[in-house]
Parts: sequence; structure tokens; C-alpha cells
Amino acid sequence: MTQQQALQEYLLRLADSDMILGQRLSELTGKAPALEEEMASMNVALDLVGQARNWYEYAAELIDDGRSADNLCFLRDAHDYRNLLMVEQPNGDYAVTIARQFFFDVWHYFTLKSLTNASDERIAGIAAKAVKEATYHLRRSSEWVKRMGDGTEESHRRIQDAFNLLWRFTGELVTPDEVDHAMFKAGIGPDPEQLKQDWFGMVREVAAQATLTTGAEDAWMYMGGKRGEHTEHLGHILAVMQFLPRAYPDATTW
Amino acid sequence: MYAQMVDTGTKRLKTLEEMSPEERDFQEKVDAETKIEAKNWMPDGYRKTLIRQISQHAHSEIVGMLPEGNWVTRAPTLKRKLQLMAKIQDEAGHGLYLYSAMETLGASRDEEVQKLHDGKAKYSSIFNYPTLNWADMGAVGWLVDGAAIVNQVVLQRTSYGPYARAMVRICKEESFHQRQGYQILLDMMREGTQEQKDMVQDAINRLWWPALMMFGPHDDESPNSQQSMAWKIKRKSNDELRQMFIDQTIPQLEYLGCTVPDPDLKWNEERGHYDFGEINWKEFYDVLKGDGPCNHERISTRKKAIDEGTWVREAAVAYAEKQKQRAAKAA
Repeated sequence: MTQQQALQEYLLRLADSDMILGQRLSELTGKAPALEEEMASMNVALDLVGQARNWYEYAAELIDDGRSADNLCFLRDAHDYRNLLMVEQPNGDYAVTIARQFFFDVWHYFTLKSLTNASDERIAGIAAKAVKEATYHLRRSSEWVKRMGDGTEESHRRIQDAFNLLWRFTGELVTPDEVDHAMFKAGIGPDPEQLKQDWFGMVREVAAQATLTTGAEDAWMYMGGKRGEHTEHLGHILAVMQFLPRAYPDATTW
Repeated sequence: MYAQMVDTGTKRLKTLEEMSPEERDFQEKVDAETKIEAKNWMPDGYRKTLIRQISQHAHSEIVGMLPEGNWVTRAPTLKRKLQLMAKIQDEAGHGLYLYSAMETLGASRDEEVQKLHDGKAKYSSIFNYPTLNWADMGAVGWLVDGAAIVNQVVLQRTSYGPYARAMVRICKEESFHQRQGYQILLDMMREGTQEQKDMVQDAINRLWWPALMMFGPHDDESPNSQQSMAWKIKRKSNDELRQMFIDQTIPQLEYLGCTVPDPDLKWNEERGHYDFGEINWKEFYDVLKGDGPCNHERISTRKKAIDEGTWVREAAVAYAEKQKQRAAKAA
């Protein structure tokens, strides 16, 4: 794999993960547990889709095969999607929505923070804006984890169940592969070892404050999103998300 | 109009002589265009009417997110998805803002929302119609937000200060939504395929009459209007507003190259207005009563969200309480 290929792969991971989580959150329109949450979750979704657009645009320029940012988003099938498996998991109850967000936000925050120092200026620029948004996302999801964990008996049970349910998808966030290593070597991506430490450090700290337990680091992990092997959910997400461009391939303007 | 047929509790206007000194003082203030503020004395009927109207308006913003939520997951481009998400977020914001304006009158958000879920409070009838193709996202912005603006621009001068100020802010955002909605339709009509153009016409065909119904019944069928006008909660009559909307919308329709499903629509040189056909009032009252295509679905979705979110809100309260106790102990 050339460095150029690794960079394209890496950009698609960032873009697709943002996009799919934004899509999941927009499924909650009009269905959030409170009006304030309606605002907050749409706000996060907007940030994520906005970031996805920035990453797709850069990826489209580098790939340079005539496909636009929209084409990359709306005309690739599941096996070409590179998002983390975590973000494609269903919304579940609000505890699952929050736990998914929290695990992702910790990864997202430390990744973006590191990317602000990337040797690639375009990436550093996108990350500098995105990390401000991710800082807020992380503060919000951490607060909710604490409220649920240290709230009522029911909320504690639900968020603990959500942590248990989603733990098997956390391994992918902190297990580097060839692309991650290549990006680190190129002075773009985060140090995989550091990212792992930071992720566990913050997750354990917040979990402790929330009186929650986390799974084992060496627990069995479900991985594959970064190389295009997804859970069954992604195909359904794309079927909805890509419906119009697929159903009307002759339409060039919407 | 996001508030239809708001009950004022009065069938006949009092003359100044029949009013108590407080009422007279209040009415004179209203007549002099002095804004009424939360701390001012106001007749009980005025307060109740405003609570009904503002809560209806807030409920409409919130229920109105659902027909758009139906398409936000299927928006065809990144740009359109971001626009629609931002519009929905604005609407949640309008809802919050309006509930706050309503709370200045001593009403409780939870209680008013409960009335909505129990079928006792209304919201705009327009949101009981389904959104069936993507062009509906353009047509809703253009026609529905457009109709709302015609009403709300006038409400910027409504007599109750907090409501008037909320309208100023909301109007700005809705004008933006309306232009965006129109642009969706215009792009499809100008550069779209025949299938896309058909979507646009289909959306207008379905939403035209329901949009006109947003202004409420004819003036002579609107028993509460007179009192609302005297209190300057309402500033123009239903029929006047409807006519204004039609007059400003038809040139935009023609520019799109589309038609509306009304054979009686034509320019009346003498009146200087468009003539138009009669609204199907049976449908209007049916939808208002609960018998519209999506009434059941809209309310049950909202009710489910709030009911299933009970444990989340309880957790937040319990956590805040614990934090407070801890802080007190530490101090």
C-alpha cells in the first residue's frame, strides 16, 4: 500500500464514521427524550455531517477519478464503506445512543486533537475546526454517562447494559492496522499506542465517576469496519441514505 | 398560520363602559400600542388565549419536525441534508423559545405538552399530512413556512411583548427556510429530470389546499377572531392573511412553471387580488378534530418519545440532586 492509498483510506474512515453516526442521530428527529436533547443531538449530527463533507471533499480530490464528495457518500456500497462498526449500531434506548456516542467521542476527540498537528496542512485545518466541536460532543456525552450511571437505579442498569452491549465494538477504535501505522509514520495520524492509552484513560475515569464498570481490554472484539467488513446494519442504513441518488441515477441536481 | 381557531372564551366584545377599571386601563394600553409585559395586569381571558395560542404555536414547531424527519435520513446530497438538519434544529429551538414565552404567562410546559398528548391541545393541521416525496421538503419550506411567515410577520406587532419578540427572531429564520425550500423546487424544475419535475408538481398538488387551510376558517366562521383582534393578539383576519399569501405566492408558482389544483384561480383586475376556489371545509374540520391522514401517527410518535424518555429525565434530576447534596456536604 502506498502512502497515498493509505491516506485515502484514512480519510474515508474519518468521513464514513462521521457520516454514519450523523445518519443514526438524524433518525432520532422528533423522538428524543426531551426538547433540549432534540436540539443537542441534532447539533451533534450537524457537526458530524459537516465534518464528513470536509473529509469527503479532500478524499475526492486525492482519489481524483471524477467522483465528487456526494458520489463518495451516496454511491459506494457497504463493502467500500470504512466506518467504525461502533457508529453503525442501532440507536437502541437512549442509554445505548449515549454510550455509543461516548465511546466514539473519546476516540474522535483524541484523534482530532492529534490531527491538528498533522504534517498535511489540509488535514490539520479541518481537524482544528472539528476538534472544537468534538470537545463539546465529548463533554456532553460524558455528562450524560455520569447522569445515567449515577442517576436512578433504572438509568444505572440501562447505561451499564449499554456499556456491556457495545464493549465488543471498542477494540476497533484502539487497535491499529497497516493504515493507522502508515499514517503515524507519515506524521499525520496519532501515535496508536498513545491513542489507546488516552482512550482507556478517559473511558475508565468517566466510568468510575459514573459508578460503571467497563469490560476487559482483552475481551473478544468485533472488528472489520475499517476494511469494509461490517455488521448487518450498515446495508440498511445505506439503503435509506442512498435511496434517491440510486433510484434516480439520471438526476444530476437536487 | 401555526395557531388555528384559538378559543378566547368570549363571544361578545365588552364596551369600555362595561369594563372594570383594570380592564379599561389594559384595553387603553393595547389600543395605544403599548406592549403588555409578563408583570402587567391582564384579563384572565387574554392570558388564557395567549397560552392557548403560544402553546399551539410551540406544539406546531415540534410536531412539524416529524414530516421533515421522514426525509432527513433520505436527503439526496450532503448540502441538502445539512440544510434540512439545520432547519429541524431551528424548529426545535423555536419550540423551546415559544414554550418559554408561554411560561412567562404562568403556564407549565409539561402540562401543556400533556394536553397535546391527550388530544386536548391543537397544533397546525398542516402537519397531519404525509410527506411523500423529496420535493415535499421544498414545498413545505416554500408553502408551509411561507404561510407561517405571512401570519408571523403580523404577529411581530402582537400586543404581548414576549410573544412579539419571539416572532421577530423566528421570522428571520423562517424566511431563510422559505427561500431554501423554494430553491430546492427551482433547482429541480430548472435542471431536473422529468421525474424530478413531476415530484415538484405532485408535492404542490398535495400541499396547496392544506397550506391555505393553515389560515383557519372564514372570518364569519371564526367566532374568536373579534376578541383576539380587540386585544391585538391577532392583527389581521384569517381571510385577509390567506389572500395576502395567495397574492404573493402565485407569481412564485408561475416562475417555477407549476400549477395549483384550483380551476377557479385567476387574477381579478378589479379587486387587485387573485380569486380562488372554495376550501374543502369538511376536510379542514375533520383534520382539526383528529381525522387527518397522520394525526394518529404524529401524536403517538410524540407521546412515545416523551413517555420512553421519562427515565432519562428522571436520571438527570436524580443526578443533579445528588450533586447538590454532595456540594452541600463538602461546603
